[in-house]
Amino acid sequence: MIVSTRERWLGRVLLVVLMLITIAPFISLFVTALHPPGTYPAGLSWPEDPHWGNFAEAFQSAQMGKLLTSSLLIELGVVPIALLIGTMAGFALGHLRPPGGKVIFLVFLLGLTLPFEGIIVPLYYQVRDLGLLNTRWAIILPLIALFMPFAVFWMRAHFINMPEDMSEAARIDGATTWQLFWRIHVPLSMPALSSLAILMFLWTWNQFLLAVVLVDDPTQRTMAGALGAFQGQWGTDIPLLCAGSLLILTPTLILFLVFQRQFVTALLQGSVKG
Amino acid sequence: MALVLPAAAFYSVFVLKSIASTIQYSFYDWNGVTAATFVGFDNYLEVFREDELAGSIVNAFELILFFSIIPVTLGLAAAATIRKFATSRMAMASRTVLFLPQIIPLVAAGIMWSWLLSTDGLVNQLLRAVGLGSLTRAWLGDFDTALPAVGVIGAWVLFGLCMLLLLAGMTKIDPSLYEAARIDGAGPFREFFSITLPSLRQEIGVCVTVTVIAALASFDIVYISTQGGPGNSTLVPGLEIYYLAFFQREIGTASALAVVLMLLVLAVVLPMQRLTRER
Repeated sequence: MIVSTRERWLGRVLLVVLMLITIAPFISLFVTALHPPGTYPAGLSWPEDPHWGNFAEAFQSAQMGKLLTSSLLIELGVVPIALLIGTMAGFALGHLRPPGGKVIFLVFLLGLTLPFEGIIVPLYYQVRDLGLLNTRWAIILPLIALFMPFAVFWMRAHFINMPEDMSEAARIDGATTWQLFWRIHVPLSMPALSSLAILMFLWTWNQFLLAVVLVDDPTQRTMAGALGAFQGQWGTDIPLLCAGSLLILTPTLILFLVFQRQFVTALLQGSVKG
Repeated sequence: MALVLPAAAFYSVFVLKSIASTIQYSFYDWNGVTAATFVGFDNYLEVFREDELAGSIVNAFELILFFSIIPVTLGLAAAATIRKFATSRMAMASRTVLFLPQIIPLVAAGIMWSWLLSTDGLVNQLLRAVGLGSLTRAWLGDFDTALPAVGVIGAWVLFGLCMLLLLAGMTKIDPSLYEAARIDGAGPFREFFSITLPSLRQEIGVCVTVTVIAALASFDIVYISTQGGPGNSTLVPGLEIYYLAFFQREIGTASALAVVLMLLVLAVVLPMQRLTRER
């Protein structure tokens, strides 16, 4: 395609400006984190002697090790189960198409755009009655349920395009429905599954509302929830707050940089289909 | 059918049942402890009559301007400008950068921007540098600017996603359409309005849906950056539900507002779906 040099330059400049605007908050956070604790640094300025120790101090006072463990435990509770049961349901509704499946699918769709605030009040009482308040289960169980609409929707969209012939051939060879699902269709669905896993991982990690309402102790929360508590605790010490926030961001940033292509594809597809 | 059962069980127990309970609570006056009394539609009347509650809904609609209209229009303009070299190395690198706001928790975005928008923050520093020092203020603490300032945070978070979605849509448009238009003597503006825009109906629909829901159901950013203040100038329904239910112990009113919020989201999503699907 022919592109004039002027257009090309205009585009380049625009891209650079956009990237700068996107990055500026991160840089400001980083630079501020290096100022002496307890000071109010003015805007974006490199400190005379950078306090790298702020990171260590924030790591300790935020109990970062505990926070990471907590978030990982929550992820372990949510993602594998949600992935498995969402895929099973998506497979049934998309491929086996049982009678009544359409109605069930529509009921799942109902929850696709549900704002979590809409059901947070009854969730609180339900979790309380189960005796799970202030435990990680208070986040894990509702979150699995809240991911179901998207997981089912996503996997159904995938399985609906899988050819029938393969299943028929497997059936003739005497495969049960479970074998058909587990041995044939799941291995063939890895791209769809990994995108879904990435999305659910990210949404769990960043889940804030459930953590704030259902769990008081930051060391039992998700990372985002812990960050909220961290702000309450260190709101007055800006450099330490910035250092702590950066530390809390680091795991996701590293994961993102390693798996960036998968992340971008998953998020783009995720929003188109959702 | 047995395969659907686990998913359906989780979904029914925690989501469907909770939706039903929210609707049920919304007709009662209940403080969460003592017996509830049935009050019919009183809670809903309160939602629309009381300034604080109705105001939170108005604020959510104002946020749509920032969360939705600005990212989508700017995203369209930016994507159209860089469309022609969307596959160049620089554009690919920009994807990574522009996606950053999408992967960090909204809480983190809130913390970063609270600092940027504070009295000594980068925004004011830049204003002073270009001689607009008289405009500087604590953006999130000022009655007039707090809501737009919260909106700017949302716009920053959602812009990259919108732009990249729209750009992905633009690269799918058949290039011969553009060549034909060039031959017919169409300028870049004509091109944009008669080819690009109509071909992107689905992508625009997706962007608008996602961002409008983000505006109506905003919670994290507001909770971190302003807590609804100063006064109630940045109070949004999500935050008000949280305050009503867990601090003021007005479960009924909170639930009525929750029902209104869920209906508002549906009222936006359903027509958008119809608009983008039909073709």
